[in-house]
Amino acid sequence: MKTIQRQGGWIILCTLLIAFVLDSIPLPPWLDHFRPDWLSLVMIYWCMALPHRLGVGSAWTLGLLQDAARGTLLGQNALAMTVVAYMTLKTYRRIRVFPLWQQAWSVLLLLLVKQLLLVWINGVVGYPPRDWWYLAPALGGMLLWPWLFIILRDLRRHFQVS
Amino acid sequence: MARIKPNGDKPLFAPEASANVRVVVFLLASLALMTLDQRYQQLERLRDVLSTLLYPVQYAMQLPFSAWEQLSRNLASREALVEENQQLKQKQLFLNAQLQRLAAIEAENRRLRMLLESSVSIKERVLIAELLTVDFDPYRHQILLNKGRSHGVYPGQPLLDQQGVIGQIIHANTFTSTAILITDPNHALPVQVNRNGLRTLAVGTGKFQELELPYIPNNDDIEVGDLLVTSGLGGRFPRGYPVARVTKVEFDPGSPFAKIVAQPTTQLDRIREVLLVVSDPEPEADSMRVGPYKAP
Repeated sequence: MKTIQRQGGWIILCTLLIAFVLDSIPLPPWLDHFRPDWLSLVMIYWCMALPHRLGVGSAWTLGLLQDAARGTLLGQNALAMTVVAYMTLKTYRRIRVFPLWQQAWSVLLLLLVKQLLLVWINGVVGYPPRDWWYLAPALGGMLLWPWLFIILRDLRRHFQVS
Repeated sequence: MARIKPNGDKPLFAPEASANVRVVVFLLASLALMTLDQRYQQLERLRDVLSTLLYPVQYAMQLPFSAWEQLSRNLASREALVEENQQLKQKQLFLNAQLQRLAAIEAENRRLRMLLESSVSIKERVLIAELLTVDFDPYRHQILLNKGRSHGVYPGQPLLDQQGVIGQIIHANTFTSTAILITDPNHALPVQVNRNGLRTLAVGTGKFQELELPYIPNNDDIEVGDLLVTSGLGGRFPRGYPVARVTKVEFDPGSPFAKIVAQPTTQLDRIREVLLVVSDPEPEADSMRVGPYKAP
């Protein structure tokens, strides 16, 4: 029986770390609405490319850290991240072979699920949405996906992360 | 129970089933965490651990911004510095003149209070904290400060700057602390109209330029331009600091309360440094929040 070789874990960690920084870096006000959810994007990529390395557990942990970083209710992003990771794990076989633009649509769907969950929880604890801008981060993430995908894929191939 | 294979390279469950089980477990865990955090506020310890983990990242993020600030400070021209110096000297002269009057007024106030046999100390100690350039959830008006529990920050501590009240601390972590601004939709602040002492609550709206005063009856005396100051009720905020100026008063005969909007005196989206007021070593408001009131 061939054991699954695991290498390049530090690349995954580095990309997640960078995503963390980008996630809370201050943006100019006009761009702030579209701030993509970098952490979710990178998470979706690794769940799709290496489903045996990252799963719902790591997604939950990352979500909890994101909660602490964003000052939200502890468990809010964790829940949304878990759902997103789960949906990715269920569909990665299909999404992986899609052409890039079609992949971007699937990612939009995943990100929309996350935003809706977040908005729903925010509404429950007394921060109801004022307008429709809360859907904008998903759109920003979708526009970013093709570039992010290519960068991360090249990184993965170059460092033979598996 | 599934059997563990001796060579260990096969997962315990088939991947699909394992993901199904785990997702349920983690979803329940998040629900439990959220309930604990929202209803019982008992996760301060966990939040502290997580933010201590995040602190190096946030500190590293800070570096380019502070480096840029340092650079622009170093490259400022001599004329600009001389001019600024002059301005500051003038301002200090002006403030000193005001301070002389304040000393006299303070003495008078103390004398009057002695006559009334009540003691309220006017002087408060303050701690200066800087904002870390970190963006939070856009729905919450929160800021991250570079002073934490190790510097003596405690939950419920009020925040000011030179123009008025900013907010209060909600989470005091080891090295950093999170503060909620007065414009957060979940924040309400006891205020009074400086002109006539009318007391009410100023509630955040989620917009940096707006506070709402939802509990003023239609026939009360309030006008556009009135200054709202902290009333000191509630025991969190010290008395008499400016909060906001009334910008809109609408009397609607159909509703019991007037629609009143006020603008905070500070530019809440532009603050860089804040003053943390140290009022008591043991904030009494905290014991009220945690458990039922115990008689002394």
